[in-house]
Amino acid sequence: MAYWLDMDSFNGILKELSADNVVYAPVKMTGKGAFSGTDLVAYREISGVEQIEFKEKSRFSPKEIVFPITQTLLYFTEEEYAVPGTGEKGIIVFCRPCDVNAFKRLDEIFLRNGGRVDSYYRELREKVRFFVIECAESFDSCFCVSMGTNRADGYDVFIRAAGGGFLCDVRGDLATLFEKFGGPAEMSLRFIEENKTKVSIPESVDQSVFGHGIWREYASRCIACGRCTVSCPTCSCFTMQDIFYEDNPNRGERRRVWASCMIDGFTAMAGGHGFREDHGDRMRFKLMHKISDFRKRFGYNMCVGCGRCDDVCPEYISFARAINRVDALMKEAVENV
Amino acid sequence: MLDINTKKLMKNAYRITKHRGITALRVRVLGGGLDAGYLDVIKAIAERFGNGKVHITTRQGFEIPGIPMEKIPGVNRLLAPVIQGLEVEMGVGIADVNGGYPAAGTRNVSACIGNSVCPFANFNTTELAGKIEKLIYPNDFHVKIAVTGCPNDCIKAHMQDIGVIGLVLPVYDPGRCMGCGACVKNCRKVASGALEMVNYKVRRDHRRCLGCGECVLKCPTSAWTRGDQYYRLVIMGRTGKKNPRLARTFLEWVNEGAVLKVIGNMYGYIEKYIDRSLPKEHVGYIVDRTGLPVFSQEVLQGIELGSLGRAAGFIPFGGYTY
Repeated sequence: MAYWLDMDSFNGILKELSADNVVYAPVKMTGKGAFSGTDLVAYREISGVEQIEFKEKSRFSPKEIVFPITQTLLYFTEEEYAVPGTGEKGIIVFCRPCDVNAFKRLDEIFLRNGGRVDSYYRELREKVRFFVIECAESFDSCFCVSMGTNRADGYDVFIRAAGGGFLCDVRGDLATLFEKFGGPAEMSLRFIEENKTKVSIPESVDQSVFGHGIWREYASRCIACGRCTVSCPTCSCFTMQDIFYEDNPNRGERRRVWASCMIDGFTAMAGGHGFREDHGDRMRFKLMHKISDFRKRFGYNMCVGCGRCDDVCPEYISFARAINRVDALMKEAVENV
Repeated sequence: MLDINTKKLMKNAYRITKHRGITALRVRVLGGGLDAGYLDVIKAIAERFGNGKVHITTRQGFEIPGIPMEKIPGVNRLLAPVIQGLEVEMGVGIADVNGGYPAAGTRNVSACIGNSVCPFANFNTTELAGKIEKLIYPNDFHVKIAVTGCPNDCIKAHMQDIGVIGLVLPVYDPGRCMGCGACVKNCRKVASGALEMVNYKVRRDHRRCLGCGECVLKCPTSAWTRGDQYYRLVIMGRTGKKNPRLARTFLEWVNEGAVLKVIGNMYGYIEKYIDRSLPKEHVGYIVDRTGLPVFSQEVLQGIELGSLGRAAGFIPFGGYTY
C-alpha cells in the first residue's frame, strides 16, 4: 500500500515508532568532515525526518549499526563474565537499495559462513527493519546496476522524498500506522537503471593475474590507510581485543573491533611475518574477495557497487576501474590460450 | 621644479627610490588573494605610468616601479577600484578611494591560502585577514601581521610582529576507533607525539598537542573529528639589522575574539610607549624596551582566555645580535 505524508505526519510516525525502536539514518554533520569547512554524512540515531540527509551519499555505510566499530562482547572478572545486552528496542534503518543488498552479504558472512552463527551479529540483525530511500539519480561513482544491487527487496517502507513530503510504499504490519498518519496514494517503485560508472566482472579470476604489473602500480599508489574498507558496506573483518582496566587490571572486557586487510598488521604473525606486506598484494586480495572469492562460496558477488571506496580514496584509486582492468586481463588471458 | 613632501609620499604607499624623481607604488593585497580582474588594473598602472614591470613583494602585495613622482595623482585615480574592492568593501574605513592609500606603516596583512584550498588549513585565513585589516588599517605604526591556517606556518607567521596560527581541538570518539594507529604514528612523525595507544585506544596529551588537526585528517573512521576552532598567537618575530629572531608563542588555544582584541590593544600599547624621537619604531623594539610584562598588561586588557587559553608569562626571545 502507498501513502503520502507531509513532514509533520512522517514525524508523527517516527515518534510512535521511537517508542519501541531506535531509528538510524544518514545525517549530515556540519563541520565534521576531515577537512575544515566540510561536512560528514554518516549514520546516526534520529528523532525527526528533517535530520535525514536524502541528497548526499553517506561516507560510512549502515553496517556499523549491526556490526559496531567497537563492540564489547563480554565483561570479565577473575571469577566470572557477563555478556552485555542490546536492549529491547527494534532498529529501523533508513538506507539506499545497495545498502539493503549489502546487509544480505553481511548475513552470509556472519550467519551462514562455515556452519556457525555469530550470535552477537544475529541479536542486532534480527531487530532491523529497512526504510529504503529511493535513489532519484545515480551518483557518479555508483555502479549498482553492474553489480545487480540497484533493486531492493525485504524492506518495510520504500520512501520517495518529493514535493516537501514523502511518498511511501509500505509492507506488512506498519501499514496500519501509515494509514493513521498519511493519505492513500499511488506509487510505482523506481530504481536506478543505469550508472555512469560501469564495471564488467570477470567470469573467473585465476592466479595468472597475480604477477601482473597493475599490482606493482597499485603498490606504488596505495598508502594502506584502509578508508576503502571502513567505508565499504560489506567489509566485515574484525579483530579481538582484551582490555584490562587500568585502575583494576583484574577486570576487563573483550571487544570486537573492525579490522582491515588494507591496514598494517592484518596478517601479522609471530616473529614479525606477514602474508601481504605489499600494498598491491592487499589491493589484489581485497578485489578478489569482492568479485570472485565470496562468489565461489555464496554464488554471487560481495561488492554492491556503492562506490564509497572510490569516493573516499585519498590517492584517487578507483576500485571500479581496478575490476575492469582485471576483467580485461582475464579476457586477454583467454584469448591467448 | 620638483618639490615633493617625501613624508606624505611615503604615507601614500609610494617610496623614495634610488632614481631621482621616480617612485614605486606598493599595492596591498589583503590575505594574498584577489579576483583576477584586479590584475588588469595592476597591469594598466605598470604599463601606463611605470616601467612595465611589477614586483611581487614578500608580503603578498604588488610593487609597481618606475613611476614618475608627478604621475602619482593619475596613478591613484587608476588604483581606485583596487582600494574600493580590496579595502573599502572589506569594511576598511577609507574616505577617498581616488587618493591612493591613506597609510603605509601597518603593512599588508598576509595569509596562506587557507581552507578554501588547502586540506591542512584549519580555517578561512582570508576572512580573518580581512577582519584584522578592518581593525588596524589605515595606521602609520610599523606593524607586520600574518595569518596562517595551521602550525605548518606556510605564511611564515614566525617572522611577523603578530603571527596568527589556526588550531583545531580534535575530538575523539573511542567507539569509532579501530585502533589502526594511523594518528599515533603520524603525530609522532610529523607533529609532536601527543598521542599514544592505551588499551588499543588513543590517548591525547593536551599539553603536547599542537592543534594541527593531522589526527583528524589521518583517521579512516572519523573517530577523530573537528571540535572548536582556536588560535595560537606568536609575537615579535623579525628580520632586520638588530637582533633578528623568530616569533615566540604568546597565546595559545584562544578564540578569534581574543586574537582581534589583542591586536587592537597592541596599537594602544604602541601609542603609549613608542619612542617618538625616532622616525619610526618597530613594535618589537618597543617590547624589548618595556619588557613583556608591560606589553602583556596592556594587550590582555579585557581578554577572555577561555577554559583552554593560556598566555606566556615569560618569553626568552633569543635570536642573535650582530
